[in-house]
Amino acid sequence: MKIALTAADNTGLEAKVDPRFGRASYFGIVDLELMEVEFIDNSAANASSGAGIQAAQLLSDQEIETLISVKVGPKAFDALQSAGIDIYTVDGGKLKEVVELYKNENLNKLDNPTNPGHMG
Amino acid sequence: MKITILSGKGGTGKTTVATNLALSLNNAQFLDADVEEPNSYIFVKPNFADRKELVWREVPKIDQEKCTNCQECVEFCEYNALASFGNDLMVFPELCHSCGGCKHICPEGAIIEDNKEAGQIKWTPDVNGLEFWQGELNIGEISAVPVIEQLKEHINEEKTVIMDAPPGTTCPTVEAAIDSDYCIIVTEPTPFGLHDLKMAVEVVKKLDKPYGVIINRSENDANQIIEDYCTAEDIPILLRIPFKRQIAELYSEGFPFIEELPEWQERFKEVLGEIEKVIE
Repeated sequence: MKIALTAADNTGLEAKVDPRFGRASYFGIVDLELMEVEFIDNSAANASSGAGIQAAQLLSDQEIETLISVKVGPKAFDALQSAGIDIYTVDGGKLKEVVELYKNENLNKLDNPTNPGHMG
Repeated sequence: MKITILSGKGGTGKTTVATNLALSLNNAQFLDADVEEPNSYIFVKPNFADRKELVWREVPKIDQEKCTNCQECVEFCEYNALASFGNDLMVFPELCHSCGGCKHICPEGAIIEDNKEAGQIKWTPDVNGLEFWQGELNIGEISAVPVIEQLKEHINEEKTVIMDAPPGTTCPTVEAAIDSDYCIIVTEPTPFGLHDLKMAVEVVKKLDKPYGVIINRSENDANQIIEDYCTAEDIPILLRIPFKRQIAELYSEGFPFIEELPEWQERFKEVLGEIEKVIE
């Protein structure tokens, strides 16, 4: 099974989770069995508006079913829900640590956006 | 005659100038186009009663039966107001700029128009001799332009029109200034004031409007920074409103200072006289 994490850089499992979703620098796609990561550039990062929506579209197109990030706003939340992507949140850390937390069921599934929306 | 009052920087005194100028004139119409936070009413004190009209803008709505999920509209929309997940095309009206492009590009004719309320317009035909109009943008709306456009439809060409523009130098300010005959740029004698004055000057030059400057919170020593620039650029300084405690106190209490300092009515009338000379 593959899950996506927002990533601040694309160096490997030592990379830190990016605190932003829509404007995250990269998405790390982690294969949980092999513990291998592939990075994709977040083409939504420089969107003039609706970055969270475009990022959700990107993950949906990649057939991702699970996302781990720090903050997810209301429009991105609606989009991810529509895409059938489960969202888990974490305060921060390296991808490797966060994946372990997820595997051990130590992360909370998100039922509501983490923060009110902002424009742009 | 239509005069737009603008300023690069917010908080320089646009509303002070616009309201005091309008209240000094006979047969004037006032339009508060600073629709994100209109505040001229605080000084003019109009009674709108129930005179109100709504401003609508077009946003897309999907005819799901016709939509084949080709995603052409999703790729087209620069503002990500459309997204497609599985067979579900989602619209985010708050991100839509009402350009109509998605409707145009859809090969199936599956996009129909829906309306979203963008704001409202209120008015009163007479408050102390002034005809007063005000636009209000709804919270969360992405652009002030539709409200300003509709506000301008009520311009009365028979009167001297004073329009209080939104601060800054972006689309809403341009929308407020583009049909005017003259622009008054309000500034303050500070480095920020000068910096944003220069930006406002660039805008009115591009719009090819005659213009002049009013210095608010004017002080002899401090003014040099603005005076030097205006001299070098050959920009007329129409008026200098002094940095005086009495004016500040009247402002803080919601009173136009011309009421307490009636000699200023004459000075504002003289400003109008100067402007009339330039336009003719």
